[in-house]
Amino acid sequence: MNKSGLIEALSNKLNLTEKKAIDVVNLVFKGFTNELKKGGRIEIRGFGSFVVKKYGSYTGRNPKTGTKIKVEPKKLPFFKVGKELKDRVDRKK
Amino acid sequence: MTKIDIIQNVYEKLGFSKKDSADIVESVFDIIKDSLSQGDKVKISGFGNFMVKEKRARRGRNPQTGQEISITARRVLTFKSSQVLRKTLNG
Repeated sequence: MNKSGLIEALSNKLNLTEKKAIDVVNLVFKGFTNELKKGGRIEIRGFGSFVVKKYGSYTGRNPKTGTKIKVEPKKLPFFKVGKELKDRVDRKK
Repeated sequence: MTKIDIIQNVYEKLGFSKKDSADIVESVFDIIKDSLSQGDKVKISGFGNFMVKEKRARRGRNPQTGQEISITARRVLTFKSSQVLRKTLNG
């Protein structure tokens, strides 16, 4: 399922116009992005949580050529699945 | 940020009642969870992809005692962030 699939399913489930469903889905994920950009943490009970991990600068290597390269500090988002969803995906329930 | 904040955001910006905003946000996550529970992946362009991966059974070890244990085959959920999101975080 992609974003348009999610929008369609939401629109059908709650009898929302497609326009409203688009606004909702965009607002949810824009909100996530903004929160992560601020360095905040997102916790959706029953679904999971998102955090941003910070990495310092380090010297890496180009695996193909072996040349040393400096890797700049970076931030990466991580998702930890919540227990309820973890069990459902694994069909424990 | 929790579900309450998202509901508040939907309520303030999209003109739904509080009750409707709560139902709508709940439904968004229910739809995503249902899809993933069926083994389907969920791709949100500009944010990232949620995918279900099949893990084979393997021998593992209790790191504390060193004792060998068998880890059964299972399905796990993984998230791959989109390049757009990673760029935004580092922009």
